[in-house]
Amino acid sequence: MSYLRTPLSKAKGLGSAKTGTEHFWMQRITALALIPLVIWFCMSLAFLPDANYATVVSWLSSPFNAVLMIITLIAGFYHGALGMQIIFEDYISTHSTRIIAIIISNLVLFFFAALGVFSVLKISISG
Amino acid sequence: MSWTDKRPLSPHLQIYKLPITAKLSVIHRGTGVVLTLGLILLSMVLASIASGESAWASVNWLISSWFGYLVLIAFTATLYYHFCNGIRHLFWDVGKGLDLESAKKSTALVLIATVVLTVFTWVIVLF
Repeated sequence: MSYLRTPLSKAKGLGSAKTGTEHFWMQRITALALIPLVIWFCMSLAFLPDANYATVVSWLSSPFNAVLMIITLIAGFYHGALGMQIIFEDYISTHSTRIIAIIISNLVLFFFAALGVFSVLKISISG
Repeated sequence: MSWTDKRPLSPHLQIYKLPITAKLSVIHRGTGVVLTLGLILLSMVLASIASGESAWASVNWLISSWFGYLVLIAFTATLYYHFCNGIRHLFWDVGKGLDLESAKKSTALVLIATVVLTVFTWVIVLF
């Protein structure tokens, strides 16, 4: 599409970062994935007989539950990171502040996603 | 036109009465942010389970308190709202239900479904 750009826009080098479609698409894909996952998550927790350590660990030790929990975390954090990015892009008008906010948001969310996934693995393998 | 002119300039956020559909849209973003924070809490809870029985006991004490229940019920309603309204967004994405009449109907449906799902889930938890 470069032939449609003006010489000024070429010189400035701004414009599409070429990942907008993927952002939009992945937000929808993770949303779709989260529909059954959210139902599973809420119903599983609601139907737990109690919240004792043994009960919780044995529930997360099941490979089925562990995998679904990991997938829920990944889809959820991915969906959340994409959403937060849109909010920063919409409401922070200063370019540098916006970029910094998005980077910090992504790094923090990546850390907590890793923390959650690792914790589930540890519980399910050693628990 | 001078500044002494009292006529309204344009529908500004502070004087413009948002239609119900616009309010739901704002709430969708708000709940999205809250749920992202909720995911961070979920990872911390999972990390506490992975850290052993005593760590989980402290966290479970907090969760089982009246304050913990209040927070959990609020998160349940927040999640179901974003869930229901998100499904509505997915229908809109494929071009279904975009006319005003359908949008009003689905607005009511989203609000009713949120309440029903939240009550249903907590009936399972408490009884």
